[in-house]
Amino acid sequence: MDLTYSPAERTFQRAVRTWLKRNVPKRQRDERPMEWGDPRRLAQAKAWQRKVHEAGYLALAWPTEYGGQGADVMRQTIVNEEMVHARAPGLIGLMGVQMVGPTLIQHGTEAQRRRHLPKILTAEEIWCQGYSEPGAGSDLASLRTRAERDGDDFVVNGQKVWTSNAQFADWMFCLVRTDPEARKHAGISYLLIDMKSPGITVRPLVQMTGDAGFNEVFFEDVRVPQANLVGGLNNGWQVANATLAHERNMLGATTRTQQTFQSLVRLARTHGRGGRPASADPVVRQQLADLAIRVETMKLEAYRQLTDTLRGRPSGIAASLNKLVTTELNHDLARTALDILGSYGPLGRRDARVRDRGVWPLDYMFSLGLIIGGGTSQIQKNIIAERGLGLPREVRPA
Amino acid sequence: MIDFGLSEEQEALQRAAREFLARECPPALVRETANTPEGIPGALYAKMAELGWMGLIVPEAEGGLGLGVLELGLVLEELGRVAAPGPFLGSQLVTAALLRAGARTQRRTWLPRLIAGEAFGALAYLEESDTHDPAGITLRARRTRDGYRLSGRKLFVLGVPGAHVVLVAARTPSGPSLFLIEAGAPGVRLRPTETIDLTRRVGEVELRDVAVGRDALVGREGEGANPLARLLDLGALGIAADSLGGAERVLEMAVEYAKAREQFGRKIGSFQAIKHMAAEMAADVEPTRSLVWYAAYAFDHRPREAPRAAAIAKARLGEVYSRTAERSVQIHGGIGFTWEHDLHLWFKRARWNQVAFGDPTFHRERLATIDGY
Repeated sequence: MDLTYSPAERTFQRAVRTWLKRNVPKRQRDERPMEWGDPRRLAQAKAWQRKVHEAGYLALAWPTEYGGQGADVMRQTIVNEEMVHARAPGLIGLMGVQMVGPTLIQHGTEAQRRRHLPKILTAEEIWCQGYSEPGAGSDLASLRTRAERDGDDFVVNGQKVWTSNAQFADWMFCLVRTDPEARKHAGISYLLIDMKSPGITVRPLVQMTGDAGFNEVFFEDVRVPQANLVGGLNNGWQVANATLAHERNMLGATTRTQQTFQSLVRLARTHGRGGRPASADPVVRQQLADLAIRVETMKLEAYRQLTDTLRGRPSGIAASLNKLVTTELNHDLARTALDILGSYGPLGRRDARVRDRGVWPLDYMFSLGLIIGGGTSQIQKNIIAERGLGLPREVRPA
Repeated sequence: MIDFGLSEEQEALQRAAREFLARECPPALVRETANTPEGIPGALYAKMAELGWMGLIVPEAEGGLGLGVLELGLVLEELGRVAAPGPFLGSQLVTAALLRAGARTQRRTWLPRLIAGEAFGALAYLEESDTHDPAGITLRARRTRDGYRLSGRKLFVLGVPGAHVVLVAARTPSGPSLFLIEAGAPGVRLRPTETIDLTRRVGEVELRDVAVGRDALVGREGEGANPLARLLDLGALGIAADSLGGAERVLEMAVEYAKAREQFGRKIGSFQAIKHMAAEMAADVEPTRSLVWYAAYAFDHRPREAPRAAAIAKARLGEVYSRTAERSVQIHGGIGFTWEHDLHLWFKRARWNQVAFGDPTFHRERLATIDGY
């Protein structure tokens, strides 16, 4: 057991830190995805990712022939941590870098890799994920958007929903039904769809935060070349699941959560009622300490999982556990802040008396969305119980 | 390179401990031991001593295995997993105190016996006030011409009445001090306290004008507060490790039962009400292993961080073990509420683990203070 970086890693860490210090655009610090809507911000966000890529700090673990460095996961971990410490803006093309990119490297054709990977890295093309549908949320495999073969193309008809970034995305990786007769998991394919194709309509959905971060996407006789099929016909469910397994390194998320907790402590020490800071209240102290323990647990678990990855051990149900635990923790952090704020809690962003620029009520809502999105907490519990603990699958209606 | 995992040797040690205890310490032995006056399974402890566990943290030069607190934590986890009876932890704390501050004669007298499992130790610090603050130590040690005379009463001492030697926190004119008191010395009385925990003994130590020489002092007179704090942290970590093992076991029992028991024509584990409860138990228990590992690692390599890490581990595990045990009983239903089923052995041990060496509320407040809220 050793919790220190090697000399080479420390040197690398210093280099990353120095680079970030010089290059993080001050105005874009802490910028959140919800602010990407307007064209100027969008251009800035793309420029930032291109800069990170050119510096060699993006997708370090990808093979060199596709623009990565074939580096071990430690390097990427160091970059992710330092990005958070430097309050660097979020990366706009993360869906491409973390989801489609690895999927194409694993399951794509050589032509697909050559066509898409470079532009994913430079943020020239932004990706969105077409999974959920109005009738297929937690029961994703019941999706009905269908793709029928016609000559060299698929013809796609149907609707996707909760599609983040679709309003400015250039491409969508999409799950479609290609065999309506097969059992539901067996009739799905993974398609790459050009968002500029005729027949696609994107309609923004306003979230409870007031931001239009996600969308409905309608497909009406949209023609998609068969060459855009990934991983073989009716093999989409396996391809999508393989993608999910890529995202298990949670150190970046951990660092961000630690910072949120630090902000919460600052708030508790400076805000109170009747002139007494909340942090002097024994009940609040208990709550803060409990949250501190959960944040610490998350950090140490990230190190433990990183170690497992480096040792080549299977991740098991780590992804589901992380998703469950971290989203609930982040929501609890925001809720505690609102509790501490009392009447100041629900104030709007532009009110003169609002604390911390109104970030807490926004976080309180946003983090609730994260508990639901990407597989609800209830779905994660099913996965933990069935795949992790080996409990019998629920009896499903025939 | 970050490497937050066990070495091959550590994994082997844990695996061996698990196999050994599964064989040598079944629930039947735990129940049988509960009916003995001192609550010590002699044959089991003789074998544990043979394996070197009693002297696990003692340097090889002094007859021990020379291993670290991390390895001790792994063994404690396995002992917790089988709800092992007996005064293992108390002995380890006295051993640790001797290693840190014991005079040469004290070490020579006691270490060989403790390592051999011929003598057991206990740490006596709590009194009626039930506070962990050193100010709560009122048992007095009066100076005499050639030593001290101690009078007072210690409560809630793990490993009493079976202990042969008790490390007593007493108040001397210059402050808190630690004394090594033999259980058989005149004026010393060890009495069992009745508790709900059937697996370990807790008792009372009464000292009536007990005369000891200066050589009974462990460390310097009046300077016992810091070493005591460190022992309490080690005790907290030990109980946290025990709780981790116990929580894992009660979760396993719940899962095994949910896979076997049928109602409404289905395995009850297929119902989401049960499934989600089990998943929450796993989400509680699984990540706490890191807390125990890190606290143990801190004892071995980052002593300044050890108090905080121990507080975190104890606060979390104290709560998680009890909650997991409660839910395990819930999943078992009626059978889990019976005396006949073994589950209550862990359920009750969890309750004692929650308070031993500081309850979660105490450790959370400690953490808040350390972190400067």
